[in-house]
Amino acid sequence: MAVRLGGGQGFYGDGHRPVDDLLAAGVDYLVCEALAELTLAILQKDRQRDESLGYTRDLPLYLQQAMPYVLDGRTRFITNAGGINPVAAGRAVVGAAKSLGVSGVKVATVVGDDVRPRGSELGLPDDALFANAYLGARPIVEALDAGAQVVITGRVADASLFLAPLVHEFGWAWDDWDRLAAGVVVGHLLECSGQVTGGNYSGRWWENPDPTRIAFPIASVEADGSAVISKPPGTGGMVTFDTVREQLLYEVHDPAHYFSPDVVADFTSLTLDDLGDDRVRVSGVRAASPPSTDTYKGLVCTPAGFAGEARLAYPWPDAEAKARAALAFLRTRAEENGVPVEEWREEYFGVNAFGGPTVDNGDCEAPEVIGRLAWRTADRESAGRIAGEVGVLGLSGPPTIAGTGRGGGGRPSQLLAVEPFYVDKKLVDDQVRVEVEEV
Amino acid sequence: MKRIQLRDLCGARSGDKGDISDLSLFADDEAAYDALLAVVTAEKVKAHFGELVTGDVERYEARNVLALKFVMHGALGGGAPRSLRSDNLGKTHGATLLRMWVDVPDEIAANAKRRERPPAHP
Repeated sequence: MAVRLGGGQGFYGDGHRPVDDLLAAGVDYLVCEALAELTLAILQKDRQRDESLGYTRDLPLYLQQAMPYVLDGRTRFITNAGGINPVAAGRAVVGAAKSLGVSGVKVATVVGDDVRPRGSELGLPDDALFANAYLGARPIVEALDAGAQVVITGRVADASLFLAPLVHEFGWAWDDWDRLAAGVVVGHLLECSGQVTGGNYSGRWWENPDPTRIAFPIASVEADGSAVISKPPGTGGMVTFDTVREQLLYEVHDPAHYFSPDVVADFTSLTLDDLGDDRVRVSGVRAASPPSTDTYKGLVCTPAGFAGEARLAYPWPDAEAKARAALAFLRTRAEENGVPVEEWREEYFGVNAFGGPTVDNGDCEAPEVIGRLAWRTADRESAGRIAGEVGVLGLSGPPTIAGTGRGGGGRPSQLLAVEPFYVDKKLVDDQVRVEVEEV
Repeated sequence: MKRIQLRDLCGARSGDKGDISDLSLFADDEAAYDALLAVVTAEKVKAHFGELVTGDVERYEARNVLALKFVMHGALGGGAPRSLRSDNLGKTHGATLLRMWVDVPDEIAANAKRRERPPAHP
């Protein structure tokens, strides 16, 4: 019997409607991947404000969508929405389940990815705001084996969230490397939701059917690890060789050595077959050699100053020259006011904001330009002082400035640096706990 | 040989890990893949991005899906939550590489499959 996995979330802030389509189409597991590196930084800011936060706050909404199917025994729900505070997330889930009047549901919480308390032992910076190891599939398998219908984790690696139910269902051994690698490939294909079903697609994206209803993906996985990627009937988007391979290589670095906590997978070993009708088969996945490592990857976050920015729009004629003059105005004012600035960033939308030196505009004059100035300072107050000069440009700056919309100078925001580190697996495994609670 | 822009020859997708930008090019057949392999070297990509990429560029091959992978270090102004760039996630870098001009055999240029454009607005 094939196991059907649904990729219900690709990031914190993703759409919810495609999740209903997955559930209605029938999935054995709804898996919601909520955490990017940037997301952990956002959650850290939440936790700084309130110790009871630090998980993705739309978690109860996903739970509400999934609950009828969970209660029916049709679907189990797995997510790493616990972020940097899985205990609080677990509490929120139990609370949400109770408020839905639910009873008899087993909720598991996986903790132990937080290694900040052992920071000095691991040589991490003293001012670390969070330090988490990327856990693998094992604690989730433990939770599923214990009968959990809802599993909440912190920083479990994206693909491992999807590998876990396959190990649970098929009983794959932890050294059955090729099958584990196949499960990681399936997970990687599903972890970015709409990016495998026609979203962010660089081919003929304009031919996506029903583009405002891009589907989220389903993987139908066999015991040998081969899988068919598809989408629910009646939804938008497409699943083709081209959309699947774009996601296959997304953010993987060396495709012959894709590192996950559970196995190192060789993505160059596999075959993709476009079966038509929005179905693509993945088969032949092998593990790399050697197939595993002794360490988990971790991510440590430290404060990195403050930033502000201003966007100023100018029309033809001489739009670029005006925008450049406006940004120079702000920089000079900051200097004259003695504001200590550690870094400036100038961008000219409509000219070369993204392409930088790769852009050759020739003699072409932009019809309108937005100049964007961003700055980094050591303290919040300095960042705000620069923003305070933006309004002056209206009457004292280059001619024909357009309104800045609601952007203005904006409120300064804190910058955070994230760095990878590697930590002995045993040290982390010893502190991982799976807590199962029946609501 | 003919000079064409990569946008006509392949697809691209890019993303981030820390201060690393991770970019893939996708060819439509073996011949186009071999042409990319010959001309889109790590050195050329590094030179193309100029000041946007301060570190090394590595290239990896995935012939099974006709793709080349470029891993560009020091490419995101310090990494997403620290960067002052509006594209702090490197999502535009794929498009930026498609701007590159390359010399390919006449037949490859004639068979380039990415020349279609979205329809104009009504």
